[in-house]
Formats: sequence, C-alpha cells, structure tokens
Amino acid sequence: MMGEIVFYFFAAASILSALMCITQRNPVASAFWLISTMLALAGIFVLLEAQFIAAVQVLVYAGAIMVLFLFVIMLLNLSDRVSDIRGKLSWVVAALIAGALAASLITLRGYTPARLALEVTGSAQIPPEIAFQAAELARTEATSRGVIGVFAEPLFGSYLVPFEITGLLLLTAIVGAVVLAKRRL
Amino acid sequence: MLLGPSLGLSAILFAIGVAGVIVRRNAIVLFMCIELMLNAVNLSFIALARYHGISGQIMVFFVMTVAAAEATVGLAIILALFRHRDSVDLKDANVLQG
Repeated sequence: MMGEIVFYFFAAASILSALMCITQRNPVASAFWLISTMLALAGIFVLLEAQFIAAVQVLVYAGAIMVLFLFVIMLLNLSDRVSDIRGKLSWVVAALIAGALAASLITLRGYTPARLALEVTGSAQIPPEIAFQAAELARTEATSRGVIGVFAEPLFGSYLVPFEITGLLLLTAIVGAVVLAKRRL
Repeated sequence: MLLGPSLGLSAILFAIGVAGVIVRRNAIVLFMCIELMLNAVNLSFIALARYHGISGQIMVFFVMTVAAAEATVGLAIILALFRHRDSVDLKDANVLQG
C-alpha cells in the first residue's frame, strides 16, 4: 500500500514535469524539467526493484547526458525571445496523434502478472509464481549476493559480446562527435 | 502489483514525448523529447524485468548507452548546423527541400 502511494506520487511528478518540459519556451527550463522527470523515474525504478538502474539513471542520464545538453544550450547562447513552439494547428495535430497513441497504449494499464503468465505459458492453470520462477529465484539471490552481482553476472556472461560492441559504439560516437564539431581537422 | 500502472505511465510519457517532437521546432528540445521517449521505454522494460528476469534491466543498460552515443553525435550535428545557419530552429534547416 505504501509502495503504491509512493508510486503514484512519482508518476504524477514525472507526468507533470514532462508536460512542463514540452511547453516551456526557454530551452534551459525545458532541460531542468526533463531532469526532474528522470529523477522521478529513478524513484519508480527503485520501487520496481531495479536499484542499480536507478543509480545509473541519476548518474548517467540526469547527470552526464543532461549536463551535455545544458552545455550545448549555453554554448550556443540561445535566447527565448522568439518562441520555437509551433502554432495552434500543430497543437491540434500533436493532441490527435499523441492522444491516439496514448489511448491505444494505455490499455496496457490492465496488465496483471496473472495475464502476463497466461500469455507467456499459454495456459490459465499456471499461476504467475510458477511461470516466473526464474525471476523469483533471482530475487532471493539478490538478497544474498546483492543487486550488482545479480546484474553483472549475465552482463559479463551471456551478454558479453553485445557489451563489447557497446564499447565500439561509444568509440564511434566519440570520433564522430569530434569530426562533426571541429571546424577544421 | 505495479506492473499495469507502470506500463500505463510508460504509455503516457511516450505520448508526451511524441507530442513534444511535433510541437517544438528547436532541435535541442527535440532531442530532449527523444530522450523522454527512451526513458518511457526503459520504464516498461524494467516493469517487465521484474517477472521475466534480469535480462530486461540489461537491455535498459544498452538503451542508455545508445542514448548517450546518440546525444553526443546529435548535439555535434546541431553545433555544425548552428555554425552554418546561426540558429537551431528546424525551419532554417531546409537545404534538402530544394
């Protein structure tokens, strides 16, 4: 019960911040509202038992990536004298498209672990505790080994090759950013 | 029992991100809206990872890495655009329209 109250608090905070982010005229204000959204989401990640991801969300997303955004905004010295928000027609189009998208996706709201188990196993007889035994096992393992150990073991085991390719991707991004942003090589 | 509400919140945040991309013209704010959509997707990954095992969280880790790389290269492109046009407004980036 307590968890649900905290969840709905963070959910309201994140939706409000996201709305402020897209309606603020000043890009710096937008960036700060986006940081607020990310911090609220980090709180929800903790509630969903993803403590490590919550820490990474605060450190990497709200910390590093948003500082990069703020840095570029300051570097370009953008002013908010001229609004970049499109006219009324685009608000109508946005409301239609986003509304249709939200209306179709919001049906996921009705998902329960029992329904998920039914769709995964294809039989109504199997309760979620049995269908998702592996996750339950991981949860009890996390109490003895810690959340980092449970996360790191598959990351450096079965996901080792994607992990290494990620390193290559970051190298490419660094080289690409230098090439694009430099005036004369 | 937070699976359903988490997926619903993820849907709402994703829709807000889409609306932002349509409404705004500032290229940097557009990128921020894309980050918002990526965050919404991360939320549904984590909500489902509670039942399907830790793989969902590892996928979120990869999504974050790709988002960081994308933001770096995207902001470098915006910087190059600003140098040519003296603006990051998308209505000034119209060379390809002919």
